[in-house]
Amino acid sequence: MKLSINFLKDYVDVPVDAITLGEDMTNIGNEYDSAGKLLNVEGLKIGKILECKMHPNSDHLHLCKVDVGNEILDIVCGAPNAREGIKVIVALVGAKLPGITIKKGKIRGEESFGMLCSIEELGLEHKFLKPEDVEGIAELGEDAIVGEDPIKYLEFDDEVVDFELTANRGDLLSIIGMAYEISALYDLPIKEIETDYTETDDDFSKTFNLEVETPNCSLFYAKKVENVVIKESPTWLKNRLIASGIRPINNVVDISNYIMLEVGQPLHYYDADRLGDTLKVRMANNNEKLTTLDEQERTLSSEDIVIADKEKAIGLAGVMGGLSTEVEADTKNIVIESAIFDPVKVRLTSKKILRSEASNRFEKGLDPKKTLLAIHRSCYLLEKYADATIVGGLAIYDKSNKEDRIIEMTFEKIRNVLGIDISDKDVLDILRRLRLDTTVSGNLLSVKVPTRRQDMQIKEDIIHDIGRFYGMDNIKGKKMVLPVIPGHYDKFTRSARNKMVELGLNETLSYALIPVNEVPKYTTDEFEVVKILDPMTEERNALRYSLIPSLKMIYDYNKARNEKDITLFEIGKSFYKKGGEYGEHLSIAALMTGNYMVGLEKKEVNFYVIKGVLEDLLDYLGFENRYHLEEGNVPSELHPGQSAVVMVDGQKAGIIGKIHPNITAKENIYVFELNLEMLSKLSHEGMKYKEISKFPNVVKDVAFIMDKNKKSEDIEKVIQKAGGKKLVDITVFDVYTGANIDKDKKSIAYSLTFNDYEKTLSDEEVLAIFNKIINEVTTKCDATLRDA
Amino acid sequence: MHQKIDLLIEKLLKDFNEVKTMQELNDLKVKYQGKKGVITELNSAIKDIPATEKKDYGMEVNRLRSAFNEGFENIKLRIEQELINKKLEEEKIDISLPSSKRKKGSKHPFYRVIEEVEDLFVSMGYDVVDGQELEDDEHCFRLLNYTKGHPARDAQDTFYIDSEYLLRTQTSAAQSRVMQANTKKGPIRVICPGKTYRRDDDATHSHQFGQVEGLVIDKNISLADLKGTLEIFAKKLLGEDTKVRFRPSYFPFTSPSCEVDVSCFKCGGKGCPLCKKTGWIELLGAGMVHPNVLRMGGYDPDLFTGFAFGTGLDRLAMFKYAIPDIRYLYTNDVRFLKQFDRKDEEYEIKY
Repeated sequence: MKLSINFLKDYVDVPVDAITLGEDMTNIGNEYDSAGKLLNVEGLKIGKILECKMHPNSDHLHLCKVDVGNEILDIVCGAPNAREGIKVIVALVGAKLPGITIKKGKIRGEESFGMLCSIEELGLEHKFLKPEDVEGIAELGEDAIVGEDPIKYLEFDDEVVDFELTANRGDLLSIIGMAYEISALYDLPIKEIETDYTETDDDFSKTFNLEVETPNCSLFYAKKVENVVIKESPTWLKNRLIASGIRPINNVVDISNYIMLEVGQPLHYYDADRLGDTLKVRMANNNEKLTTLDEQERTLSSEDIVIADKEKAIGLAGVMGGLSTEVEADTKNIVIESAIFDPVKVRLTSKKILRSEASNRFEKGLDPKKTLLAIHRSCYLLEKYADATIVGGLAIYDKSNKEDRIIEMTFEKIRNVLGIDISDKDVLDILRRLRLDTTVSGNLLSVKVPTRRQDMQIKEDIIHDIGRFYGMDNIKGKKMVLPVIPGHYDKFTRSARNKMVELGLNETLSYALIPVNEVPKYTTDEFEVVKILDPMTEERNALRYSLIPSLKMIYDYNKARNEKDITLFEIGKSFYKKGGEYGEHLSIAALMTGNYMVGLEKKEVNFYVIKGVLEDLLDYLGFENRYHLEEGNVPSELHPGQSAVVMVDGQKAGIIGKIHPNITAKENIYVFELNLEMLSKLSHEGMKYKEISKFPNVVKDVAFIMDKNKKSEDIEKVIQKAGGKKLVDITVFDVYTGANIDKDKKSIAYSLTFNDYEKTLSDEEVLAIFNKIINEVTTKCDATLRDA
Repeated sequence: MHQKIDLLIEKLLKDFNEVKTMQELNDLKVKYQGKKGVITELNSAIKDIPATEKKDYGMEVNRLRSAFNEGFENIKLRIEQELINKKLEEEKIDISLPSSKRKKGSKHPFYRVIEEVEDLFVSMGYDVVDGQELEDDEHCFRLLNYTKGHPARDAQDTFYIDSEYLLRTQTSAAQSRVMQANTKKGPIRVICPGKTYRRDDDATHSHQFGQVEGLVIDKNISLADLKGTLEIFAKKLLGEDTKVRFRPSYFPFTSPSCEVDVSCFKCGGKGCPLCKKTGWIELLGAGMVHPNVLRMGGYDPDLFTGFAFGTGLDRLAMFKYAIPDIRYLYTNDVRFLKQFDRKDEEYEIKY
């Protein structure tokens, strides 16, 4: 909302400049974006060209002698219309125009002491410029006084504050509403404005049929004016529109816009002769067609409110008029519409068709007491500036509620909600400034809220205003006293994150929206992909399930930047639809490639390295000895021979493996993903002291040769069984294939640790167990002992 | 005899002085204490010494032996020390060469800020709730007093899944869920940090971003309580000198409502490009929970009041780590991620 200070001054004498007003208004909740002079210029004077000659070294420059009152200046000017006798705008040496400061200069050898200006050069917004404002220097009227301020002469001496208003304050989208707010701010009186006009003895309501057939219109006034003379508006009116950001068209159109700005009530003017004698408000029929003012044919639906004549729609209520009844240069007679339509309906229609100054005001809710005022003010201006004859009588449809709202509260409530010690007297003084009538009975305060304040629905809204004018920043912060109750957070997820960081991985944060074709990848879970109804781009049109596609994209990005050792993890939601229900759960995924430090040793990442990370994580989270990897149903994006399903407590908890060579032929990339939410719901064991032996360990190594496809896991089970209680640890320390071993065989070397919690083990005892182990493995596992 | 031993000791010391290696020292031991060594021979000659002189003779030989033993031990120590010194010299390394570093992991700044906010509020007795990112219109809007077609919906361009389901545009959605979940309708103290989504992507907006919502419901909660709480929040996150300013504003789910500015932590409020020369940075939206919202959540607004606040996590992370562009948070360049590998600065606040 661009507020013209000149316009505002019709109602209230603002005691401060535009910037101060902006700041003060911001402090009461009406934030301003910018404030200042309408035209940001300095150092201009009205001058008269006394002499105008061609520049000797140019075919288009002129040498002018310009009288600016106290001196006569030599000025070089390139404008084609520069000529002797005209009155012009002179920017003196030192003058400031948007983007430039005028200096004394030499132009092709001739000295110049200033510049003659076009309107464009004064910084008027482009949409307001007429061709002559751009093509040459401004020619001022004969009444312009040499030496005086041309900005004042042109009536551009206005200031503007541009507000970014909150959605609840539709009332501030008008000069009158602003005047109320500002009069409360500075405790100033509001001035009366004129609405008097004379009208004929006719009764328009007798000859005109106004039919409202929908509850989406609560109030409708129509009035006729005749014999308007369409011409240019007076300068002050045009400039107020310009300051408010609206382009002047002609006096009639300008007056309707002027009323909207002033009163806040959008009006529509119909060419009465093309309209006929009937006006209906109804919902459009589905697929009904209407050509709007912008000459576009619109297809309507039963959700759109239309204005219609006997047969067809002639306008979209609150949004845009129709072409067939438009006011044109030859229009003589006008029917004025001032009405209130349902804000939500107008909003939905305008979102489809056009957001305009008018629709914006309908959407925010109008004051039913301003609807008729807008008609009167319109007639007043049309009579005065368009020579209109006002026809007597008024067509009325009125189902509006114009009653003031009574809201009651205690003074205590006000103090309690704001947390301040404001006196009853100060509360009443704020309400007086806001021009809200009050009655007090005991501790009970009753406030009469006029219809102009549609935002004030409940006592809290009134308390909000008391807070605004008390000064929200004057409220002193209190340290709350609340019962001592411990707070909770998701420690499990945080532990998982901390462990992954400790393991040397880098946490990422990626977008949950990914291309729809990527969503089913890296998972074998059954679910329906969740798609976005109206995506911004095809790159982000569905919600991810697995986080691995995101990690893979991050890998690609970093690889393109020559990063080789990439170890990433992310914790985020997996989204899905199952059995018609939407759902989401927390997942954790990791991606590793290149070199990774295992202990202090740099190692190229392989399956066992990422398996180690997975195991470290699961052990840390309390699942030691409760998980294993299972071959079988793995996603097709993983290498079938180097991947597995992660099982925890016998349930599928995730997947691990190498990305399939079809996807990354050259690089070896390993990934895993776990359903973190599922894991967090399982029991996770904490730590308890386990007894340690007082006696020394005995360690013996052994290697077996076995079939290549044999699983070490199975051998270890046999070893443990044979070793019994005294075998306390089995560690694989070498896996070998190659020379001295058959092609389809492999050798696995185990380091076995023996201990007895009761005594020191003798060599004989250890040897007996050791031999039993060798015997069991070689007989039961189709393995042979590898000679040392 | 005494003179002879003196001479021998003199000779002995001379011999010791010439010893350079352990081998030479051992040779000397043979020379004096071997089978035919000087001391051995003097010792065995005692049988030929007259009885009256035997005692003196013996003492004199012992004098020589002691001198030898003492000298031997000294020289032995000296040579051993020399060997150690030589070894140490040989083992000298270039301490300036790079270390064998373990790979450092890193925690994303977005989650660092979440954890910091969580720790602060948990310490004040708030629970952290996760909420749903895939929400429905009812919880994200309607139960927060955004009726269908409410103009304030404009500010939140929404990704819809279908006519009812959507991606939450604000963590405020968790408010309505928490109120519903509290079946006893008792006091509430929660924060909800997490991801939010809006159809908006440019230099200063990401279609995915983070917010943290706070909600307190109890008897006699006031705007002054809200201010006190946010003062703690701002000081703890941005530094103890941070000031908080309330400006009235509007949100459908609070009344009274306010915007909350914090004094610019970069210039201390003097004015700089970060705060656009105002000295203040807009950080939060807040207010007293709207009675309609309380009512829809099953709370009697005549008995309970509450406050709610919300702020952007991305902005907090950007401020905290001086990250100039929101997009850096989502690009995941490893060179960016690796920078966040240590503990955060701690602000101690005195109350």
